[in-house]
Amino acid sequence: MLGCASSSAADSTASGAPRSGYSYLSEETRRLQDDDFANPGMLWVQKGEELWTQSSGPAAQSCQSCHGRARDTMRTVATRYPLYSPELGRVINLEQQINRCRVSRLKSSALAYESEDLLALTAFISHQAKGLPVDVRVDGPAAASFARGRAFFYQRRGQLNLACANCHERYVGFRLHGETISQGQINGFPIYRELWQTMGSTHRMFVWCNEAVRAEPYPLGSQEYIDLELFERWRARALPIETPAVRR
Amino acid sequence: MPNSRIKMPESAAAGESIEIRAMIMHPMENGFNFDSQGTTIPVHIITDFVCTYDGTEVVRVQLQPGLSANPYFSFYLTASRSGSVDFRWTDQDGTVTTNSALLQVT
Repeated sequence: MLGCASSSAADSTASGAPRSGYSYLSEETRRLQDDDFANPGMLWVQKGEELWTQSSGPAAQSCQSCHGRARDTMRTVATRYPLYSPELGRVINLEQQINRCRVSRLKSSALAYESEDLLALTAFISHQAKGLPVDVRVDGPAAASFARGRAFFYQRRGQLNLACANCHERYVGFRLHGETISQGQINGFPIYRELWQTMGSTHRMFVWCNEAVRAEPYPLGSQEYIDLELFERWRARALPIETPAVRR
Repeated sequence: MPNSRIKMPESAAAGESIEIRAMIMHPMENGFNFDSQGTTIPVHIITDFVCTYDGTEVVRVQLQPGLSANPYFSFYLTASRSGSVDFRWTDQDGTVTTNSALLQVT
């Protein structure tokens, strides 16, 4: 049903070391990602850099007013998200932390999920951590969220009755139509996806994947996806952050 | 004004050929896409890209709906005199985006 090719195509690392989506790309797409100018994701990073210093809200404060230069203070931040927030009593992701800052510190409005500005800021902050290994905490107060994320990953869903794990763990390295199935690692997000012709967050990718197995997707920013994001980040632990990655 | 990026050397020797790269953030909607409600998304493209060097036009491109999003142009320019290299993108509604850089010729 999956159109899987012979078992010789199976990836020997299916159950082994994490492997970035980068290694499944064509030579041309890799070159596009590696070129700091031609990589279209850098348009969003540049936009995020502008937003970082742009005043917002009644106090005319910007991200920079509190945090200073991102290159100094944001170097490791993206490696730690999603992160348990003691104030909220739940795990939140980087997008939600940006909006918390905007609302509580800048007294400004929250940015819509998947809006150009929120993608730009997320990409800019994540880009500061480029090359550093993903390093999320999944113990202590984050353990429950992590367990839910893991359960989501192994839960079959949709009319095709497939779990994330069916493709991205069991059949890694096999062919699905013209594609090689990757491990589905999220160390490069937000990514510039050639199919979308634009930048996309992890949650947009989750929605896309859920729809691909004909399951009802959860809303962007929902706790279900945050939990899954935490589990996926843990799967990608030790992989270097590639933001902005280019994917097909 | 959409976000644009340019990359070129700050200085060059007279007669030297330098690479110029320019990119702009733009959806380049081709008119064949639908939104989640099934409504056609109308054509929304950049129609013209012009590069001038010290006031003289060196590159002019007419863009069509077939081009993918965030158009990226790369071309070579022969450095002859110090001057401003100006970039100008015009979209179908007449929205103009400009960017420029100085080239020092030694």
